[in-house]
Amino acid sequence: MSIDLKTIKHISKLSRISVDEKKADKLAGDLNSIFDFIEKLNELKTDNVEPLTSVAETSLKLRIDEVKSKNIREQIVKNSPQDNEDYFVVPKVIE
Amino acid sequence: MSDITKQSLTQLVENIKNKKLSSTDITKAFIERSEKSKELNSYITDDFTSALEKAKKFDQKPNLNLKLPGVPMAVKDLFCTKNIKTTAGSKILSNFVPTYESTVTENIWNEGAILLGKLNCDEFAMGSSNETSFFGNVQNPIDENLVPGGSSGGSASAVAGQLTPITIGTDTGGSIRQPASFTGIVGLKPTYGSCSRYGIVAFASSLDQAGPMAQNVRDCALLQEVISTYDTKDSTSIDFKRKQYSKELTNNIKGKKIGIPKEYRIDGMPKEIEDLWQKGVQYVKDCGAETIDISLPHTSYALPTYYIVAPAEASSNLARYDGVKYGFRAQGENLIDMYEKTRSEGFGAEVQRRIMIGTYVLSSGYYDAYYLKAQKVRNLIKNDFDEAYKKVDAILTPSTPSSAFKIGEKTNDPVSMYLNDIFTVPVNLAGLPGISIPAGHDSKGYPLGLQIIGKAFDEQNILNIAYAMEEKIDFKNKITDWWIK
Repeated sequence: MSIDLKTIKHISKLSRISVDEKKADKLAGDLNSIFDFIEKLNELKTDNVEPLTSVAETSLKLRIDEVKSKNIREQIVKNSPQDNEDYFVVPKVIE
Repeated sequence: MSDITKQSLTQLVENIKNKKLSSTDITKAFIERSEKSKELNSYITDDFTSALEKAKKFDQKPNLNLKLPGVPMAVKDLFCTKNIKTTAGSKILSNFVPTYESTVTENIWNEGAILLGKLNCDEFAMGSSNETSFFGNVQNPIDENLVPGGSSGGSASAVAGQLTPITIGTDTGGSIRQPASFTGIVGLKPTYGSCSRYGIVAFASSLDQAGPMAQNVRDCALLQEVISTYDTKDSTSIDFKRKQYSKELTNNIKGKKIGIPKEYRIDGMPKEIEDLWQKGVQYVKDCGAETIDISLPHTSYALPTYYIVAPAEASSNLARYDGVKYGFRAQGENLIDMYEKTRSEGFGAEVQRRIMIGTYVLSSGYYDAYYLKAQKVRNLIKNDFDEAYKKVDAILTPSTPSSAFKIGEKTNDPVSMYLNDIFTVPVNLAGLPGISIPAGHDSKGYPLGLQIIGKAFDEQNILNIAYAMEEKIDFKNKITDWWIK
């Protein structure tokens, strides 16, 4: 199989990473060599094999749903890229 | 003073407990050596001033009942440290200052240790040579222009170069064991669920584990008993009876059955690695253990499986870096443009490549062919180990298919870089513990490691085997201080 530039553009849109022509060419080359290597899995017949979703053989524990971190608004917004005491600021979305 | 940094963690703890050395003496010695070792680029951020203050404070009222009393320690920059910048080796987190502490580091400070600084690593732990870090590559103390391995390359370099007595790294596909092998130190990847992942910058959540990197097996056992705790803040943390690994450490491994998997004898493996492995077989026999030939038939499918599962999980985990709530933000014409530019400028090439692979294998129309297929093969790989452990107590393999390589040697060929992890990746896929110990040198004088893989939660057993082998091997790391001018 081969990943073409159209596919690269599609994946870049899905992953929200902008890609120019030069970068797309390089990515297509790299991804094709990686997928050639991954294709090896097709040698195996796995129709009757269960997928392994977790190696931890325990079921998730239940806990009481209670608030443990209180009054941490300041901590939460502390690292925001654009300064504002109360909110996260983003480019205008609604005209 | 100069020989302080040559001491093992166990010796330092003893010297503090016997009041032969103070925390200040030790902290000063490691800071001085770290200052002289900037050329290694092991640190991203140092915290030397406050480390000295903490050491002085400790000495005023020393609590000698702790396991790491007043011991200074640098940690991989993938662990969130409260009020200390945590970058994950990425531009996108280059200004991120956590407001909370990871559970693993919290455990370490609770036992009396003092933070020296944050150590370099591949960006988001994605790499096998520490060359993907936004903060530059790291030098291997073994030789100039040699990679220290990765992703915990700064950690390995700092322990081998004696900039920290011990450290912690993280291991998703070999990121503790491979750099340990490249730098002549000991590295343990614990059983999945043994150490909490809370506060560790996530790469691939079903594979990531924190673990110790040390000068010897006893030090490694001591740090493992400190960091391994059950934690309700990590839903995959497992509540099992943890041992006092360093107290129960023994070199008596008589009668243990050790498996030698024939599939690890790969095409093109250097003879030196094969010879080292045979020596390892002899060492365990000399210790009274028995070796048994075993088969792990799906070994060659582990790397292709890993390069679907890990990028898939990474693409999901790294979706959070959008320039909105924290981290680097690029200016954009609108919201979507801002997201796309932020991620394009904030992530390095390898991280972008893996996000793209992950996005592709999870995308509509490809999920069954790639992601589901990989999860099924992952089950086959785990079954191989389950079958093997009906016959043996542990498995002995080489840690890596080669010794450390030159900086820049493999950066243009992602697949040849990925092949570094061929012996370590199966262990992560199966969630098992694995330890790499230095076992010899190649013709260039570079260290080579052997890996012991255990049953789930059987850290004590592989530590014991490693301890017994360490005695027989009597490895000496050749550190010439070439970088100190």
